[in-house]
Amino acid sequence: MGYTIAEKILMRNTGLDHVEPGQIVMTKPDCCMIHDIYTDFVVKKIDDMGFKKLAIPEKAVIFLDHLCPTNQASGDPVHYHRGFELSNRFGIERIHAGEGISHTLMHEYRYALPGTVAIATDSHTPTYGGGGCFCTGVGYTEMAATLGSGEMWMKVPEAIKITVEGTLQKNVSAKDVILTVLRDLRSDGGTYKSMEFMGDTFENMEMSGRFTIANMSLEAGCKTALFAADEKTAEYFDMPLSEIEWVRADEDAVYAQELYYKAEDIVPQLSCPQGVDNVHSIDEVKGTKINEVYIGSCTNGSLDDMRVAAEILEGKHVAPYLKLVVIPASIGIYKQAMKLGYIDTFVKAGASVSHPCCGLCCGQPYGLMSDGEAVLGTNNRNFIGRMGTVRSLIYLSSPATAAASAIAGVITDPRA
Amino acid sequence: MEYSFSGRIWKLPDDVDTDTIIPGRYGVLPTAKEMSKHCLEPLRPELASTARPGDIFVAGKNFGCGSSREFAPECIKALGVNCIIAKSFARIFYRNGINNGMFLIECDDVYDECKEGDTLTVEVNKCIRVNGKEIAIKEMPENLFEIIKNGGLVEHYSKMNRQEG
Repeated sequence: MGYTIAEKILMRNTGLDHVEPGQIVMTKPDCCMIHDIYTDFVVKKIDDMGFKKLAIPEKAVIFLDHLCPTNQASGDPVHYHRGFELSNRFGIERIHAGEGISHTLMHEYRYALPGTVAIATDSHTPTYGGGGCFCTGVGYTEMAATLGSGEMWMKVPEAIKITVEGTLQKNVSAKDVILTVLRDLRSDGGTYKSMEFMGDTFENMEMSGRFTIANMSLEAGCKTALFAADEKTAEYFDMPLSEIEWVRADEDAVYAQELYYKAEDIVPQLSCPQGVDNVHSIDEVKGTKINEVYIGSCTNGSLDDMRVAAEILEGKHVAPYLKLVVIPASIGIYKQAMKLGYIDTFVKAGASVSHPCCGLCCGQPYGLMSDGEAVLGTNNRNFIGRMGTVRSLIYLSSPATAAASAIAGVITDPRA
Repeated sequence: MEYSFSGRIWKLPDDVDTDTIIPGRYGVLPTAKEMSKHCLEPLRPELASTARPGDIFVAGKNFGCGSSREFAPECIKALGVNCIIAKSFARIFYRNGINNGMFLIECDDVYDECKEGDTLTVEVNKCIRVNGKEIAIKEMPENLFEIIKNGGLVEHYSKMNRQEG
């Protein structure tokens, strides 16, 4: 009997020669990420537990991205200051403030590596599974205990195998694939499971697309989402393939569930108000008027996403009544997008291009919506009130659908 | 790490959610002890006043589903119930329960072998004995077992750090 990717990584991490779903194992996480909003609580819990020093400060990394630059003078600055306190008191040398979104930087900086175990205080941690890293979100108490002890228990997850084969249509992308999967699995269909993606569609997909899919798998409730490590992974992380090619499922691995799709059948999809798994295909919602478009987030703020949006917006202008906000996910992506002329294209098309941060996706400026207004975003959640008032409406789509819709002012099929 | 304990069984159904374990309106009470007087009130109003320390819950599937409130396992623990055997647990309740020092055991076969009021014995990492039946359970790593015995993550590490001075 073979093993899933999740099982193989947990076996490597724990040194066990066999694991099975449901078993509890003690892991030694290779990377522990703390982001603002939780810096304050992590410091408090470390103190409550009486740790004077951390077992693994060299494995920790702090990002200030949700509240940086700050939004509210009353409460936000404390998270920033406590972030630096955490760094200074406990010798955590890796701290990044205002460089962009933590989940993007975790793989850009090569902190979350193929075949390793990573934990973070944020729910969208499965992102790095796009690079074959077993990664999952934890609470601040567990983060404090793990930093102090170097260990964290995990239950070995069952796995869902998701196979996609064939070639995606033009302007249909990773986001449409994961929205299709979410439509079928629903918001709890992946609970506590490892969602493992395979098939030639993913083999031909750029790393940015794999990160998009892993990121948004969390919306099905998964513990982690994983792609096998291949030549593209090795090139992205600048590692020899021979070191990481073990990060793939065995042919005879056992799955709790299997899903299969033909890439050619996948059409642009949108999450509609209000629930990520309220997914509808473009034909059902095209023509719906929108007031704002947001292109960015840890889901779809990559350089590839910027390119797709810029190619559609090139030489065009957004609808007169529509606000377009574009946020590259990191400073590195921002610089590249400037060099390649994408930022110029966005500005000429009428967009506001903002500094790299979580921004509107977590209800931070700029672009919050009012009652009855509709926003189409490339982010990952459309919970009630997340991007404005409780009566504002949120649609989620790929960058191509978002860019095409920004020009038309109504939800538009990017294949047309 | 040989360790066993016995207790009287309370039987609970499938899908007991955290709002049933501790209704939201009691979440404002100052301590888990006070909250525990209302534990499982909507389902079993007599339970909180008649449960004894050392009692064991045997439940169906998906125990602790719903809202992620951390005081759901805390108030069960405050009743003196430190072990729940269920067909399955909701993920967040499971982590919160274990990190609060409770023995949460996933096992399909206990439920049909016992009735409320029976006595059950848990031999940690080996088996559950009830009504003459012996049902095997999965092993847990020794260091996690220590965390549970010490009362949870915060207590475990405070104790360890105090000892190290």
